[in-house]
Amino acid sequence: MKLKRGLLMLPVLLILPHAAVAAEAAGPAATDPQAAVVAHYADLMFAEYEDALAAARSLQTNIELFLDHPTADSLAAAKKSWIASRQSYSQTEVARFYDGPIEAVEGYINAWPIDQNYLDYTAGAPDSGIINDVSRFPHITRDVIVGANEREGEKTISTGFHAIEFLLWGQDLSAASPGQRSYTDYVESSDGPGRRAARRREYLRLLAQLLADDLQVVTIQWTPGQPNNYRARFLTQPATVALAKIISGVGNLSSSELMNERMLVPFATRSQENEQCCFSDTTHLDLIRNQMGVRDIFLGSYTRTDGSELAGPGLLALLQKSDAPLAATLQKQLAGALLAIQTIPQPFDQAILGDDTAPGRTAIKTALAALQAQNASIVQAAAALHLPLNLK
Amino acid sequence: MKLAAGFLIFSWAVTLNATDTGTALSGGATTAFDASRNAFTLSARNILPEHRTDFYVGDSFFNENWLAATPVHSERGGLGPLFVSRSCAACHVRGGRGETPDDNLPPETMVVRISVPGQGAYGGPKPDPIYGLQLQTHALPGYQPEAQVLAAYKELGGSFADGEKYYLRQPCFQVADFAYGPPQTNLVVSPLTAPAVIGLGLLEAVPESSLRARAEQNAHRTDGIAGKVNQVWDNTDKKFAIGRFGWKAEQPSVRQQCAAAFDGDMGLTTPVFPDENYTAAESTCTNAPNNGHPEVSEQIFRQVVLYARLLAVPVRRDVTNAMVLRGQKLFAQLNCAVCHAPELQTGDVPGFPELSQQTIHPYTDLLLHDMGEGLSDHRQVFAASGREWRTPPLWGIGLVGTVNGHNFFLHDGRARGMTEAILWHGGEAEHSKEQFRQLPPADRDALISFLKSL
Repeated sequence: MKLKRGLLMLPVLLILPHAAVAAEAAGPAATDPQAAVVAHYADLMFAEYEDALAAARSLQTNIELFLDHPTADSLAAAKKSWIASRQSYSQTEVARFYDGPIEAVEGYINAWPIDQNYLDYTAGAPDSGIINDVSRFPHITRDVIVGANEREGEKTISTGFHAIEFLLWGQDLSAASPGQRSYTDYVESSDGPGRRAARRREYLRLLAQLLADDLQVVTIQWTPGQPNNYRARFLTQPATVALAKIISGVGNLSSSELMNERMLVPFATRSQENEQCCFSDTTHLDLIRNQMGVRDIFLGSYTRTDGSELAGPGLLALLQKSDAPLAATLQKQLAGALLAIQTIPQPFDQAILGDDTAPGRTAIKTALAALQAQNASIVQAAAALHLPLNLK
Repeated sequence: MKLAAGFLIFSWAVTLNATDTGTALSGGATTAFDASRNAFTLSARNILPEHRTDFYVGDSFFNENWLAATPVHSERGGLGPLFVSRSCAACHVRGGRGETPDDNLPPETMVVRISVPGQGAYGGPKPDPIYGLQLQTHALPGYQPEAQVLAAYKELGGSFADGEKYYLRQPCFQVADFAYGPPQTNLVVSPLTAPAVIGLGLLEAVPESSLRARAEQNAHRTDGIAGKVNQVWDNTDKKFAIGRFGWKAEQPSVRQQCAAAFDGDMGLTTPVFPDENYTAAESTCTNAPNNGHPEVSEQIFRQVVLYARLLAVPVRRDVTNAMVLRGQKLFAQLNCAVCHAPELQTGDVPGFPELSQQTIHPYTDLLLHDMGEGLSDHRQVFAASGREWRTPPLWGIGLVGTVNGHNFFLHDGRARGMTEAILWHGGEAEHSKEQFRQLPPADRDALISFLKSL
């Protein structure tokens, strides 16, 4: 099965009446507690993707502004916007790991690790990458960027958050700071990286556009009031089937992705390139927002970018009915793990170094233990709710 | 055996009771209770706590892309310069099987093995002087892929005894655009799909003596079924050993299998195979950046091998369904079970109690069998002739559709479903195949139902 890019070509208008959300959620929700949780989850995911999409469009705008007038200030603004957008997206990752609409584009949005040399110059390799390879890629186009590599199972190596991160920050060569790419990489000059400034500008511009377009595809699938989208099917399937997907998303994010891939692997290998956001040194924010994403699905409460709160029945509401003590334990663990992750010293790529008594490693170990306890409770919660859940 | 409370898979209903859990637990105590698309991605359910970190690190390096080496050393660096894919999971998608391309498209989750007639080192296949033993169809920027491969098929017709027609698809892959000069004119080309990687540690744990004993039993049969062990070169112990892994049972251990894949498929050197996959004739490749010696550190390599050893086998479904039980009976009556052995016993694996002393249901004997001219790839691999193939394990086969979204089977994925796969059987399996062809449709369906329950 190939990733379907054709979706992006559909002309799409996003008109999102918030009233529709409330109306739809009030349907079966009123009578059946399981259906109420499922309906509220759909509302949460729509709100989270809507926020992530808005943040990605804002990133796109700030990147365009930077490319129009490359200065240290406009670069800083674009970076700030990337961080905000990345955080918004990290919150939504609870909706991965089942057949949700994110699966079709996740490889493009979240490709990791980035093959820096495939994209642009790196230390000691001034002519490497698509941006510098004029003979093989005479024009930088959307097709060049996405067509480079789109086999399933093999994440693309040239698109998404981390490709943009690399083009904004550059290689992270210093322990003390993130990557130090200069805005002058985007200003034409007769030698140095500026030789390819026009191509680099076009690449970055297309990446930002692609990212937002991909998030738009996902958002449309979660939008209320559409007869044939994923949300419509999600709400009409048996509630237990939907709940199994919901808990698979939170369980796998909390365990396989957050705890193992994003924390344990860098911790065990002590290797900087195993951290998620190695160019910007913002890995800790991914970790925090992943955990907040997990917590919010259990609590049924999400604080939107504009500060408003979307609250309703979450998984904990169901669990309280079948196993109240477990629900209380899990609620404490969700808060405790968040605190433990927030306590890890920054940047994360320095916290993983040293011997096991170093403050960074001690803090990560504490957070890993907190997540392990949380994951054990999530598995128990699935059993208590009679939902299948197998973690790696 | 205690089964997890609340075990329920929503896409199918399964009830397991005390009497039938035995044969349902395909991987013994390692068995995972999952029939979702993640069914081939789980650790052995009895994994030791002290193996978890290694498993998860191995998981990461199995799934994520490898990167081109840069002047700044990266633990994930060293890809290429010539390669087939950027990650293990690119072909073994979610731990599962690769698929075959449509007509006129390049294979992306397969490898294309090559050789020339004769014997190479230690009696193995003889490499082409320029292109070696496998075609690398991708390359880092600035380097040329060795060749381009395109799929092509020929339709063959046949019919069941009851008159129902069927069609089989004979692949004839085209290789063109050799980039480093012409290969030998008598080049043998064998496209192979990536098999599922579940339960490898268990298959490795079956004692050599029991494989030899099975081969010995085969030798006394009078019905033409005659399995034999492959004898291959162990590059770590520097001696011959029984082959267990690969379509021709050409690798003796999970460790060497992983190392061969790192080297041949991704251009990554390991402690087992310290040399890059290009030949001296491909001289431009020698300029490629290198990630050290070996490129995959001993520690990461060990963790990926542990991961491959401890990937769980999924539980069977519908084991008490009447149709499945009828199919299971037919599977035995048609002698399918002689080679696709329903039960093996593992021995003791030092350091891996998870894999030790398990009763497993892999539906393989790990032996080589002559499968007839129709399936021959004409490529000799140690003791395995072109017609001889290792019995592939059937555990998990019923979930390939769920995990990988296709049902392409056999070594080159030519079969579009289980029925076609059975109909391609020849040689030692000719009689079994013929009996299948004679079965009434209801019995054929029952047999397929049984296979789908694995």
